[in-house]
Amino acid sequence: MTTNDEAIEIKNALKVYKGDTDVYALNDVSLMIKKNEFFTLLGPSGCGKTTLLRLIAGFEHPTSGTILLNKEDISLLPPNKRPVNTVFQNYALFPHMTVGGNIAFGLEMLGWSKSEVASAVDEMLELVKMQDLKNRRPAEISGGQQQRVALARALAPKPQVLLLDEPLSALDLKLRKQMQIELKRLQSETGITFVFVTHDQEEALTMSDRIAVMNEGKILQYGNPRDIYHHPENKFVANFIGDSNFLLADIQNGNAVLTDGTELKLSKENKQVSNGQKSILIRPEHVQMSKAKGSKKAFEGKISNIVYFGTDTHFHLELKTGDDFTIRKQNTPNEGTDFEIGAVVELTIDENAIQILND
Amino acid sequence: MTMNSNLSSSESAKKAAEVERLSQKKDVRNRWLLSLPALAIIFFAAAGPLLIVILYSFLTPGDYTGVIWTFTTETWISVVLERDFFDETLGWADAHLSIFWRSIRLSLITTILTAIFGIPTAYFIATRSPKSRNIWLFLITIPFWSNLLVRTYAIQELIRNKGVINNFLQWIGLTNEPIEMMFTDFAVGFGMTYVYLPLMVLPVYASIEKLDFKLVEGAYDLYASRWQCLRRIIVPLVRPGLIAGSILVFIPCLGAYVTPQILGGGNQLMFGNLIALQFGQGKNWPLGAALSLTLMVIVMIALVYFVKVSSGENKKNG
Ligand SMILES: Nc1ncnc2c1ncn2[C@@H]1O[C@H](COP(=O)(O)OP(=O)(O)OP(=O)(O)O)[C@@H](O)[C@H]1O
Ligand SMILES: [Mg+2]
Repeated sequence: MTTNDEAIEIKNALKVYKGDTDVYALNDVSLMIKKNEFFTLLGPSGCGKTTLLRLIAGFEHPTSGTILLNKEDISLLPPNKRPVNTVFQNYALFPHMTVGGNIAFGLEMLGWSKSEVASAVDEMLELVKMQDLKNRRPAEISGGQQQRVALARALAPKPQVLLLDEPLSALDLKLRKQMQIELKRLQSETGITFVFVTHDQEEALTMSDRIAVMNEGKILQYGNPRDIYHHPENKFVANFIGDSNFLLADIQNGNAVLTDGTELKLSKENKQVSNGQKSILIRPEHVQMSKAKGSKKAFEGKISNIVYFGTDTHFHLELKTGDDFTIRKQNTPNEGTDFEIGAVVELTIDENAIQILND
Repeated sequence: MTMNSNLSSSESAKKAAEVERLSQKKDVRNRWLLSLPALAIIFFAAAGPLLIVILYSFLTPGDYTGVIWTFTTETWISVVLERDFFDETLGWADAHLSIFWRSIRLSLITTILTAIFGIPTAYFIATRSPKSRNIWLFLITIPFWSNLLVRTYAIQELIRNKGVINNFLQWIGLTNEPIEMMFTDFAVGFGMTYVYLPLMVLPVYASIEKLDFKLVEGAYDLYASRWQCLRRIIVPLVRPGLIAGSILVFIPCLGAYVTPQILGGGNQLMFGNLIALQFGQGKNWPLGAALSLTLMVIVMIALVYFVKVSSGENKKNG
C-alpha cells in the first residue's frame, strides 16, 4: 500500500467542550482514512462520532491536533473552503427550495454556469432515481426520497470526501436495507470516500470497507469488518460487535486453563501471548455441541434455557466453572429436539475460535 | 361487498357519485350553519357600520353636528381637492395631502426602524437558552401592561425641552439650549417606534426561533459564504415573520391617533387626528366618513402589496 492512498489523516485530535465539567468529546484520536473507501465510525451514543465528523467537515475546530486532507492541513479552514460535504442526520434540506434547487445550491455557490448546473442537477437526479420529483418541495416528498435528495445535494459538487451522520436512522427497517444497498452502489459508482456514522453494528459490518470502533472519545480499534469481528482487541469491541462469551482463563504454555481446570488448546498466533490471567472470547456460533460422554477433562455445560429464533437456536448453558455460556446452532429441517433443558453436553471449540483479549 | 360486486361498475360509480354529491351538499349546508355566528358578527360589527360610513360620506354636513339627508359628492371632492373660496376653481387640497403624505412617510419610517431594532432583538432572544428566552419575551411584553396614554406621556417626559434627555445633555455640556424635539416628526416617529416595536419583535422572533440552524450549517457546508447563507437561507425563511411584523406595525401606524396627538401636537397631524377633527371641532361628519374610507383604501393597497411581496418571493425561489 502506497502512502498516496490516504484521503484523510487525523493526528492526535483533541476536542474539549468547556463547561461546569469539561467534556472530552474526542480524546487523542488518530486515524487514517483511505481514498475510495467506505469507512464507518461505530460506537454508542455520546462517544464522539458526530464530533469527529464535524471536525472533518469544519463546523468545529480541534482543541489540539491536526486534520490532513490529501496531506494538507485543513484544521483551520471553514466548511465552505473544504472539498468535503455532509449528509445530515435529519437531511437539513432547504424547505423554501425545490428538490432541483436544493441539489443546485452547492454548485451555484461554487460559481458554476447556469447550463453546467442544470446538467449536473439532472445527472444527480438520475443517479438517485428522482427525475420525476425535481420540482417538488422537501415537504412534499417522503422520508426516503428526502434522504436521496440529501445524498444528491451532497454528491453534486463532487466532493473528495462525503460525510454521513447516521443518515439511515430515521428510516424504517425495509427502506433502511434498501438505502444501505443504494449507498454502497453510489459509493462505488462515484468513487468518493465515504465516512459513515452509525451505532448499528450490523449496518457497519455489512457496508464498510473498514470500521473504527469508538467509545468515550477514543478509537478502540480499527480495521476491516472481519478483523474487528474475529479478532477484537478488548471486551468493549467484542461486546459491541456481535454476541460474545467471556471466560476468565490462566494462560499456560499455549493452553488456556479455565477456573475449574478445564484446558482449552490455543492457536499458533495465540501461543505467543505471555502467561497469566486473561479474558478469553468465544463467539456463540463457533462452538459445537454433542452429548456428554462423561470424560473428566471434557469442556461441559448444562443446558439451562433454549430460545428458538427460526434460522437458529440459542442454547444457554451453565458451565462447570459457574459461568453462563451461550451457543448458537443453525437449525436444519431434519433436526428435532436433540438437546433439552437440563441435559449435560460436551462442547468442542476450534482452536482458532478462541481470542485472548487485552483487558 | 357482494351486493356491490353484483352491480355493474358504471352503476356503482354513479351511485358513489350520488352519495358523494349528497354528502357534499350536506357538508356545505353544515358549513353555513356553523359559520352563522361569525357571519352575524361580521355583518353587524363590520359590514353594517361600513355601509353607514359610506352612506354618510355622500350626505351634506349639518350646521352644528350630524348630517342633512341631501346627496352630494362635494365631500369626496374635498378629500383631495379644494374649491377656491372666491372663484370656485379646484386646486389640490394641500392641507389634506400633506397629512396623508406625513402619515404614510412616518408609518414607513416607523416600520423600517422597528425592523432595524426588532430583527437583532428577535435574533438575540431566539438564540438564548429556552429558559431565558421566556424571560426576554416576558420583558418585551411588559409595556403592554400599561396604558398607551401613560407610555406616551412618559416619552413626552423624556424628550420635552425640560425633559430628561435635554437636562442630561445640558448637564454634561453638550448643548446650551435644549434641543427642540417635542411636536416634530421626530417625536411622532420616535413614539410610534417605541410603541409598535414589540409587534415587530414577536413575529420575527417566532420565525427565527423556528429556523433550523442546521440549514445554515448545510449551506455553509455547500460552499456558501456567510453573506450567502444570510441572503439565500436565513432571510427567505424569516421573511414571513418580517412581513407579518411589517403589516402589524405599518397599518396601525397609518391610523395612529394618541401618539401624534400628544407628541406631534397641532402641527404634526396624522390621518387619525384629521378624521377625529372632522367629527369634533370640524363638525363635518361626511368628510370624516370620506377620510376614514380613504384610509381604508390606503390600508388595503398596502396589504395587497405586502401579500404580493411575500408570495412573489416564494415563487422566485421555486
Ligand atoms: N456543543 C457541545 N457542547 C458541550 N458538549 C458537547 C457538545 N457537543 C457534543 N458534546 C458532548 O460531546 C460528547 C460527544 O458527542 P457527539 O455528539 O459527538 O456524540 P455521538 O457519538 O455523535 O452520539 P450520538 O450517537 O448520540 O449522536 C457527548 O458527551 C456530548 O454531550
Ligand atoms: Mg451523533
